[in-house]
Amino acid sequence: MGKKKKEIDDRFKKFGTVTFTSITKINDFIDKLEQGKVMGTRCKECGHVFFPPRADCYECLKSDMEWFEVTGKGKLVSYSKLEFAPVGFGDDLPYAIALLDYGDYKVFGRIADNVPENEIEVGMEMETVANTLPNGQLNYVFQKA
Amino acid sequence: MGKVGIIGVGQSAFVRGYPGSIRELAFEGFRECMLDAHITTKDIDASVICSAPEYDKQRSPAGVFAEYFGLTPQPTFYVESLCSSSSMGVRLAYSLVKSGLHDLVAVVGFQKMSEISSAESQERMGRGADIQWESPFGTMMPAYYAMYARAHMAKYGTTSDDLALIRVKAATYGQINEKAVYRKPVTFEMFSDPESPMSNPVASPLRVGDCCANADGSSCIIVASEEKAKTLCKKPVWILGLGAASTAVNMAGRELFTGLTVGEQAGEQAYKMAGVTPKDIDVAEVHDCFTIAEMMAYENLGFAKPGEGKDLIKSKETYKEGSIPVNVDGGLLSKGHPIGATGGSQIRTIVLQLRGEAGEMQVEDLEIGLVHNIGGVGLYGNVTILGR
Repeated sequence: MGKKKKEIDDRFKKFGTVTFTSITKINDFIDKLEQGKVMGTRCKECGHVFFPPRADCYECLKSDMEWFEVTGKGKLVSYSKLEFAPVGFGDDLPYAIALLDYGDYKVFGRIADNVPENEIEVGMEMETVANTLPNGQLNYVFQKA
Repeated sequence: MGKVGIIGVGQSAFVRGYPGSIRELAFEGFRECMLDAHITTKDIDASVICSAPEYDKQRSPAGVFAEYFGLTPQPTFYVESLCSSSSMGVRLAYSLVKSGLHDLVAVVGFQKMSEISSAESQERMGRGADIQWESPFGTMMPAYYAMYARAHMAKYGTTSDDLALIRVKAATYGQINEKAVYRKPVTFEMFSDPESPMSNPVASPLRVGDCCANADGSSCIIVASEEKAKTLCKKPVWILGLGAASTAVNMAGRELFTGLTVGEQAGEQAYKMAGVTPKDIDVAEVHDCFTIAEMMAYENLGFAKPGEGKDLIKSKETYKEGSIPVNVDGGLLSKGHPIGATGGSQIRTIVLQLRGEAGEMQVEDLEIGLVHNIGGVGLYGNVTILGR
């Protein structure tokens, strides 16, 4: 009888077209994403809001976080449409990476493929939406609000 | 405490596909530097080896180089801050000398980027960003800088044509720099010519012509105590000011998208330490990994007000004959950008300028020069001010 193999929580490997890390303390992010929710974390001790979510608060050095959902509209800070891609992302081309400003926090991600480039403008309002990629992986994208 | 000087500079030619190993590549910059400094390996108290490690197959190259260069048994160690690694190495060498721990320190920067494909290299460079939260979206360096370009355009009305002018300037000097990887001219018209590769989109709004040339290369700088510098060197160049800063790796953690805070902060520190202002700078090397990066550097370093960088290039003030010559060695855009070698190469250019040894690229009447070297997408920033 061998030792029981320790189960590894590697849920984060489902994030993005290609993932580079799989083990993190905020793996529940993936479960929420599967339920269609994009979540950040808020420190229960000092109230500091974090996106992307994190397990530890540098303000008060505590690790007691609660989840909050990214809802409502953010303003498009900037974007770029890629004509070349890193290894592993070629099938996604062309795609646009972008940053939304929600005031208390910002969200980095992709603009949804169905938003034509001529309708994208810096400063426009957009929403963050959970998304399943063609290869079954999960991410989130920005839709016109 | 005495001053700290630079008594030797060297670099390899920056090339595509260097036909040798990393120790042989690094030796080229080291040899030129040693011949320039007129010293022997026994004079050197320590060596600092700088590169971005994700391109290296060799783990911990410092020991390998120390042996190959004949710098054992002196201490050697490795320093990394992505594309600003060798400026950070010089910062460390300064502190080693200033503290009195060592009198002469060799700072060797290198990168052999050609062992992997361009797409692989973009993927690895992309991993200099946040691999947990950004890289899974398919990010790469040009796209990040393109986001800064887009924000700069939206706020200040900067155009792609303004950016093209920066590349045209770089190519003007790349042609006369025998160390440059890209020695061909680039004209403004190429950016609107569909037949020219310069016009091909990479990551909107940046085109091929807006991006620096990947290259293999090495650089070396010898940092010395005041006493040693005066004894060993006829024309020592002094380190007058140093600045360094960092910021959030994830774009979501940043506040400024029309400039690089690390460039501003490192610049302010270096100006303060040197007791000079932007107006006192006679020649500068800035980190032009992309045309927009040079535009932002003009503004972050105080050569132009925010949003007015475009006027500086339109009026050719950053050409050799202008009021503030910038990157008159071709810059990263044409000279090439072998990550870990770049800071040392920039410092070499300014040292040669201050000595009056820059040949065809020489700017007249110089007292003070500045080096601005950025790591990652504005993640790390180093500014070094040098004087005669």
